[in-house]
Amino acid sequence: MLLKLTLNSLYARFLTVCMTVFAISLSLMLYMSVEKLRTSAYTSFTDTISQTDLIVGSRASSVQLLLYSVFRIGNATNNITWESYLDIIDRDEVDWAVPISLGDSHKGFRVMGTNKEFFNRYKFRGGQPIEIEKGFLFEDLYDVVLGSGVAEKLGYDISTPLIVSHGLESFTKHDDQPFRVSGILQKTGTPVDNTVIVSLAAIEAIHVDWSTGAKIPGQQTPIEEIRQMDLTPKNITAALVGVKSKLSIFYLQRWINDYPEEALTAILPGAALQELWRVVGVVENLLLGISVVVIFTTLIGMTAIIFSSLNERRREMAIWRAMGATPRTIIGLLMLEAFFISMLSVIISTVLLFFSLAILQPWIDNNYGILVSVEMLSIKDMYVFIMFIIAAMVVSLLPAARAYWFSINDGMTIKI
Amino acid sequence: MDDSIVKIESLRFQWSKNNNFKIFVPKLEVGRGKKVLFLGESGSGKTTLLSLICGFLEPLSGSISINDKIISDLTSTNKDAYRSDNIGIIFQQFNLLPYANVIDNIILPLYFSKQRSKKVENKINAAMNLCDQLRLPESILNQKASNLSVGQQQRVAVARALIGSPSIIVADEPTSSLDTEAQELFLDLMFDQIFKNSSTLLMVSHDKSLTNYFDQVIDINEILVREN
Repeated sequence: MLLKLTLNSLYARFLTVCMTVFAISLSLMLYMSVEKLRTSAYTSFTDTISQTDLIVGSRASSVQLLLYSVFRIGNATNNITWESYLDIIDRDEVDWAVPISLGDSHKGFRVMGTNKEFFNRYKFRGGQPIEIEKGFLFEDLYDVVLGSGVAEKLGYDISTPLIVSHGLESFTKHDDQPFRVSGILQKTGTPVDNTVIVSLAAIEAIHVDWSTGAKIPGQQTPIEEIRQMDLTPKNITAALVGVKSKLSIFYLQRWINDYPEEALTAILPGAALQELWRVVGVVENLLLGISVVVIFTTLIGMTAIIFSSLNERRREMAIWRAMGATPRTIIGLLMLEAFFISMLSVIISTVLLFFSLAILQPWIDNNYGILVSVEMLSIKDMYVFIMFIIAAMVVSLLPAARAYWFSINDGMTIKI
Repeated sequence: MDDSIVKIESLRFQWSKNNNFKIFVPKLEVGRGKKVLFLGESGSGKTTLLSLICGFLEPLSGSISINDKIISDLTSTNKDAYRSDNIGIIFQQFNLLPYANVIDNIILPLYFSKQRSKKVENKINAAMNLCDQLRLPESILNQKASNLSVGQQQRVAVARALIGSPSIIVADEPTSSLDTEAQELFLDLMFDQIFKNSSTLLMVSHDKSLTNYFDQVIDINEILVREN
């Protein structure tokens, strides 16, 4: 009966209640989307590279090594000699290794030299492989494979010719040895999208006439001659390494860090990514802060709405009292009302969120490289919802206390 | 057990601590089954007296007993229970929950009083019977109270006060929002039912023309002293 009458009462205030529920639903949805983006940004970020056990570079901090080898931000302080690389891959623990050579660029995009193994070994988002969208991987010495972002922003397609610049912001171009686009990769949402990938041999080839960072004046080896040369690199920038057994990761890492012939650093990408996230994660805290504020605003809004309806309902409360309802029943009524409103809001906001996520997910992924998961509610979401409903009922105690006061003091006359 | 159903002795009441205005009722007794009218102008304290009898308000000193129970000593929860068991209340106007239908409005007190609930075998039938006797058309029974005319609303309020036959009916100017014709009809129907129930009626009004309906008419100024 009490339940039925509460529902009737809510129904009688249909429009106000609808607006309240709508407002709360939107706030809750905002909270949940912020949360979703926050967690998705974190997973997308920490999943930039996966299934690579170690990244090896010259002696540097782990974040620095991660930044230049994976995110292509900043520069390596030093290179690794090819001999050291060979020493590493000769180790029993090593299952596979992919060399990376960085340093040149094309119209602001980094050029990375590597071998075809890179496309098999580089995994992201928990093991997703890189797929080729168009064309094929490099066959010829002067073939390049473009990340989807590069192709899109520069408007390149298969067979578009391009020239690699020396260094990152230099005006010196390797224009004597033009390249040609052979393949374009699918979007990954990782820095690979913004990378121009060539073979290691190509990096070697364009630097044939160069010595210590400058072109040797007057020297120009013909392309045909270069094609005949041994283009095994003398140096690489970094290497991605996979081990046979996870148990040997730390052993191998120490061996590399203690490598006597050259100062090397081996890092665990997962750990380094998390370390880096702690730096960029300030944004995460900001988002978390926003989430909390949104929830608070929602609760205050709901209390305000219940409060403002209270004066109109003073007579109703007096009738309840006259029928024998105790002030406690009246508090119960208001809490029940808060419960219904918050419950309904939770349901509506969830439905809204999943609909909008399902619609927006491909767009967010394409534009921001963040894969927002459209999955059912997690335990954590449930926990937040239950906490919200409890909090809503707790804050409804405020107007309920006022109603209690009214009902005690009004007696049979209602002073308005 | 004597014959008075309401007994008040040396009752003093103060609206608020900041306001020195007090009312004092030296003695009041109402016989069981009597129909009593309290006459007085607005502001004379009639409604306050009813609120005290119903246990909505807490007296400063003195005692009120209803059905031989001193209600001024009860805790507020017990007072609420005692009220819902013993007293049916009819307000001046806007008596009903506007969003509930007529039947739900009428049976609402049964929800709070076991004693009254026990007296009714079938709640809905009891409510329908009362409506029938109060000449409320059957078509309105499932209507929302807010769709009813004022006269109909007041009759529904009477049905609600009477359901489960409480020993006392308290009415606070129930006729003030009705015109003379409707007033007569309303009072006739109400009295019929109260007689059938043999309930005691305590009604307050400022309307002297109502006096001949009642067994006893009490001028509020004679029993109630205002103190400053």
